Amino acid sequence: MKYAFSFLAVLALVLIAWLGSMIPGMQYLFGVAIPYLAILIFLGGFVYKVVEWAKSPVPFSIPTTCGQGKSLDFIKQDKLDCPTKTSEVVARMFLEIVAFRSLFRNTKSELHEGPKITYESSRWLWIAALLFHYSFLVIIIRHMRLFLNPVPEWLRFLDFLDAGAMLQVGAPLLYASDLTILAGILFLFGRRLVSRNVRYISLANDYFPLFLIFAIVTTGMLMRYFLHTDIVVVKQLLVGLVTFSPVINAEIGSIFYIHVFLVSALLIYFPFSKLMHMGGIFMSPTRNMANDSRAKRHINPWNDPSIKPHSYAGYEDEFREFMVDAGIPVEKELPPKKDEE
Amino acid sequence: MALAKLEQLSKSVVQGPSLATGAVPTKDWMETPVIFKEGNFAYPAKQEKVEYLDSQDGLSFPNARIWSPDEDDWKLPENWQETILKGLKERLDKFRSLKIFMDCCVRCGACADKCHFFLGTGDPKNMPVLRAELLRSVYRNDFTLAGKLFGKMAGGREMTVGVLKEWFMYSYQCTECRRCSVFCPYGIDTAEVTMMLRELLHLVGVGINWILEPASNSNRTGNHMGLQPHTFKDNVDFLAEDVESLTGVKINHTFNRKGAEVLFITPSADVFAEPGLYTAMGYLALFEQIGLDYTWSTYASEGGNFGLFTNNELMKKLNAKMYAEAKRLGVKYIIGGECGHMWRVIHQYMDTMNGPADFLEVPRSPITGTVFENAKSTKMIHISEFTADLIKHGKIKLDPSRNKHVKATYHDSCNPARAMGLLDEPRYILDHVVPDWVEMPENTIREQTFCCGSGTGLNTDEIMELRMRAGLPRANAVKHVIDKHDVNMLSCVCAIDRATLSSLMGYWNPGCDVCGVSELVGNALVMDNEKRAMGYDAEGNESELPDGLRTMV
Repeated sequence: MKYAFSFLAVLALVLIAWLGSMIPGMQYLFGVAIPYLAILIFLGGFVYKVVEWAKSPVPFSIPTTCGQGKSLDFIKQDKLDCPTKTSEVVARMFLEIVAFRSLFRNTKSELHEGPKITYESSRWLWIAALLFHYSFLVIIIRHMRLFLNPVPEWLRFLDFLDAGAMLQVGAPLLYASDLTILAGILFLFGRRLVSRNVRYISLANDYFPLFLIFAIVTTGMLMRYFLHTDIVVVKQLLVGLVTFSPVINAEIGSIFYIHVFLVSALLIYFPFSKLMHMGGIFMSPTRNMANDSRAKRHINPWNDPSIKPHSYAGYEDEFREFMVDAGIPVEKELPPKKDEE
Repeated sequence: MALAKLEQLSKSVVQGPSLATGAVPTKDWMETPVIFKEGNFAYPAKQEKVEYLDSQDGLSFPNARIWSPDEDDWKLPENWQETILKGLKERLDKFRSLKIFMDCCVRCGACADKCHFFLGTGDPKNMPVLRAELLRSVYRNDFTLAGKLFGKMAGGREMTVGVLKEWFMYSYQCTECRRCSVFCPYGIDTAEVTMMLRELLHLVGVGINWILEPASNSNRTGNHMGLQPHTFKDNVDFLAEDVESLTGVKINHTFNRKGAEVLFITPSADVFAEPGLYTAMGYLALFEQIGLDYTWSTYASEGGNFGLFTNNELMKKLNAKMYAEAKRLGVKYIIGGECGHMWRVIHQYMDTMNGPADFLEVPRSPITGTVFENAKSTKMIHISEFTADLIKHGKIKLDPSRNKHVKATYHDSCNPARAMGLLDEPRYILDHVVPDWVEMPENTIREQTFCCGSGTGLNTDEIMELRMRAGLPRANAVKHVIDKHDVNMLSCVCAIDRATLSSLMGYWNPGCDVCGVSELVGNALVMDNEKRAMGYDAEGNESELPDGLRTMV
């Protein structure tokens, strides 16, 4: 049901853009106004969210240590998984962000008769995640050629590589990233359906971005490979957008507006959703802190100095007699015993 | 509730209808209410314990009353919902970790089968991701735009009594072991989530006795067992006498002595119950042999910190005794005994909460001269660091053959492993004190170690089946090395482990004992002028201390 709802939501977005863009005069709304708005919301929302996070302090030093810490000089420190220096933390974060290192550790547990529990390395999710994210990155970068005039040489080269130009598959040339992102999305979606754990925890919030990105990729591919779209007019509009002088000079097919509308929807959705993991990963205290909390005092801005221990004086007052009897040193001797009369 | 027979439970774990065994619940988790029945919850805190804690300066433990989780009416304060939401808002503003962990989860499920509670119970809400969703759903509903606009469709849900009960159930089926956080691609740490849940529950008077009673004991008597100063001293004296009768060496130890070089603090369980007692005897023997100028304290007689399992304020208040006592006695630095969560508090919280300890000196071993730069601010070192350094410099004589009755493996306690990075010091010690020891399988040790299943104050008898289930992954890995290498001793550096793993081994792997690494050090230690007692080994042969410090004479 959760995926049905998300599916319908994406379908609705497609229909809105499709029908909307066919109404005369609305092209400006779908081609210019909404994209501008979406970018604004994306940037504003992203920054807002990060600032909101940053406003809360990190009261304690809580790195998750995943290896030997720095201690005695004959004990070898695991600098990557238990960093103490900033450079080591940066290295840990770098691998986390570009190589999804924690996900690389993934294992699958199985219960067997006995009982016996086994664990084996499971890297499918890691592979699919890399495939998906890097394909997305490549696609975003190569879209820059539609916004930049002239197109820089390195971008042409990237495009050349991605299109597998030396292989000459299809016309227009088939982008490898189109295939890999589809593979990634399908795996991530299939996993949500097939893996019982993941299926049970998945929310509409998990299906929606998958469907939305799937729809974006599909419309993009339709435009390139099947429904011919006048790239010159499109580029004119997009270059216009980035130079703040957008014009729509000629008819562009609805498929373009649908594509752009879906991308806008993604941008608007982004800051309010789990997609903010893109920003969050940089700020996760269990990963971005050095394990040096005994060597260097970490400051908690809201530390309350008025919380004191139950005082020694109070303790001794309660137990002084016992302590003296047991020969434990005390600060204050017992009062001299009064003769009982 | 009687604990299920081993056979029954073994079957139930593998075949019982649970998400872990393949029986996917037909109902959505939000539509599955929790049902409390004898055996699946820890008893609520006694009224007088809550009242005592509430009366202490700097603490707030409201709504002391008599109540029980299995009754419908939890006697919550009238405005409980408002209190919880206000408390959540406050914590979002105080902890960046909470905000980020609420916002960033993509429910990839990598954490799902990493949790010992999930593996042992198969309960979907014991998947770390779902445990966090219990809170996240409320967060979404009340603190995010998407939740406010779309409510349930955006994964939000209202804070109801049912949700509160769910929080209670599952924040006390998590031992804050952080294993899931190792695997999370964003480092989301369920320990942080559980801590927040428990803090929030305390705001409305929902807490368990096995945590709050030890916590109030720690506050009043200095240790969680509630040992008064003379009793604490008696216990240590008794252990010292035992060491003397076994080794022939008189132990010279002191209490609350001003001017000692070192203050030694260990979990009080070590001086109170088996098998921790033998670990404490190991400390006494070691310190005697090297002539360490140290003192015990009856006021700061607890290394463990039950405050960590309740809220920040109580954690700080209990921990503050360590520095207060070090300052009063005028020691140079502190050595801490073997304990898991104690070391989480010391390593990651103490200096921040109760420092700076500028009245202490950077720890320097008086025997080897080693300066412990890694503790130069906190001024507290771990006994394993101290001992490993002694061994490295050849300052103690060890005879591993004295541990020939032991075939050991080593259990990494959650907190030293994942919140400190203390992995190889105890291993280095083991290498020198036993003839041979083996590692458990690689997915169950070091940073991937499995919890004993009863940490964070869950070491209570009324939830024994839950504990045995949660401890199964650990027990199972031990069984592997028992079958393969005839292991008969599970060594560790944690006092809670020494208690809980003993029950766990007794249930799943009878015949495998549990010990602290320092006990093995004590066994192997060659002392000056020693005159070791004779005893009988399992075969009835007479020899010197055949069972080390455990030898009955």
